[in-house]
Amino acid sequence: MAAMGKLLQDGFKGLRQMMALGTQPAQGDPGPASGRKTAIAISGLRKRFGNQEVLTDVSFNLYEGENLAILGKSGSGKSVLIQCIVRLLDPDAGTITVLGENVGALRRNALGELRKKIGFLFQSGALYDSMTVRENLEFPLRRIKRNLTQEQRDEKIREVLDHVGLYEALDKMPSQLSGGMRKRISLARTIVVDPVIMLYDEPTTGLDPVTSDEISMLINNVREKYKTSSIIITHDIACARATADRLIMLLDGAVYREGNLEMFENSTDAAIKSFFK
Amino acid sequence: MMMKQPLLPGGKLSGISSALTRVFCEIADVLLFLSGVIKETFSRDFEFREFLQQCFQIGYKSLPLISITGIIMGLVLTIQSRPALVSFGAVAMLPGMVAISLIREIAPVITALLCAGKIGSGMGAELGSMKVTEQIDAMEVSATNPLKFLVVPRVLAATLMIPLLILYADALGIVGSWVGANIKGDITFVLFFSQAFAQITFMDFIPAVVKSFFFGAVIGLVGCYKGYTAGRGTESVGIAANSAVVISSALVIIVDMIAVQITDLL
Repeated sequence: MAAMGKLLQDGFKGLRQMMALGTQPAQGDPGPASGRKTAIAISGLRKRFGNQEVLTDVSFNLYEGENLAILGKSGSGKSVLIQCIVRLLDPDAGTITVLGENVGALRRNALGELRKKIGFLFQSGALYDSMTVRENLEFPLRRIKRNLTQEQRDEKIREVLDHVGLYEALDKMPSQLSGGMRKRISLARTIVVDPVIMLYDEPTTGLDPVTSDEISMLINNVREKYKTSSIIITHDIACARATADRLIMLLDGAVYREGNLEMFENSTDAAIKSFFK
Repeated sequence: MMMKQPLLPGGKLSGISSALTRVFCEIADVLLFLSGVIKETFSRDFEFREFLQQCFQIGYKSLPLISITGIIMGLVLTIQSRPALVSFGAVAMLPGMVAISLIREIAPVITALLCAGKIGSGMGAELGSMKVTEQIDAMEVSATNPLKFLVVPRVLAATLMIPLLILYADALGIVGSWVGANIKGDITFVLFFSQAFAQITFMDFIPAVVKSFFFGAVIGLVGCYKGYTAGRGTESVGIAANSAVVISSALVIIVDMIAVQITDLL
């Protein structure tokens, strides 16, 4: 009997320790104690395509005003993760809460309202080929900021194009722009509707180092000027170094490490070192 | 002891079941797409500018192709039919016979097949490439329903413009027929037209117009569906364009067959 009692006691002790661990923020996570509100909370996210499990168990928070970089090799599920956040893909399990709303439970109209607060910079830029730069920027403005007059729309377009340094491209077609210019115009199109959260999908992929640095600088400027919280999906360490307050590394579809830049830089872990060498 | 051989080997059976699953999934996708299009057609904030733009693309930009084809249809039909009618001494029936053939069957079907090639493939390729380059996703995350902005205006424009193109092809076909009649004979334009229209009744005209709306809807829906549901790779753009043409052409013929059966009952 005494042995059984001891065993139960040890069991409960272990369970309490496990629960305490679960509520503690991971190393580098500012956590609720920092007084910052959670912009995005992801818990137990799973996604599978056929037999391939892309996200096995992803949980983390993004706090207000924070730039969070998510690192990982190609195919580690980074892009799938942010597509689940805006429900371009439906996860198989887990919950995603964005600005207090459970994304999975939203109906189409409510989801549309939530998406108006989220800016998404696509890897390819995703500019509308058949529209000029002006029309590309007007497109979301007309649908999201319906009460603006044409003068106010023009002013807003000028403001964001000045911000990305490309006002002279106003009447150009996307096919007349270089890769870096397309990314910047795409960023302008995203911020023109004043999003609260920014999701960047590989913002510097395929760009030369100089243009990559410019984009990284723009990401920081966007945060300062528009007070956004951002998730930056990247495998470009220079971009992560330049923009991130906190980093998460995905490996085999799960969060492998979470922490600040210093922790990642000083890590002796082989998987992390392979990124930060 | 010998084991009994199964009637169908396991691999074959699972192959059949997965093929059936694919077919049912495709049917479910088509029905979902169709219900989405119908719902968005009658919802608020119709994209009128995009609809006009698509009417211009589908209608006006198809005029050269339909003009040439329409004239040649009438011309060839007349040249081919004339010897047979001459041998029966019924050459006076030529304008009426050609006009009825063109209006009831030849112009609607050939114009619809041409539109399936030109417009269906264009829609499949355009929406397919928008899908591949994440433009449709970009639209969706900027709180714009791509079905409402991209699909509904295209389907409605095709439904409205293809019947107009068919009427235009009818008219040019009769002009072409008059040209053909004058190659071997001599008949004035006014006489040719009065002889042609003397034979045409509303029952020749109305069923042809009604079925042409269905041709337009089928071409628009198939083109948009194939483009909208294209895969992620660049090769899927080609597949979307190709299958849009093949399926919409086959459906045009099937709709025509059904329309002929219904007209026959009236």
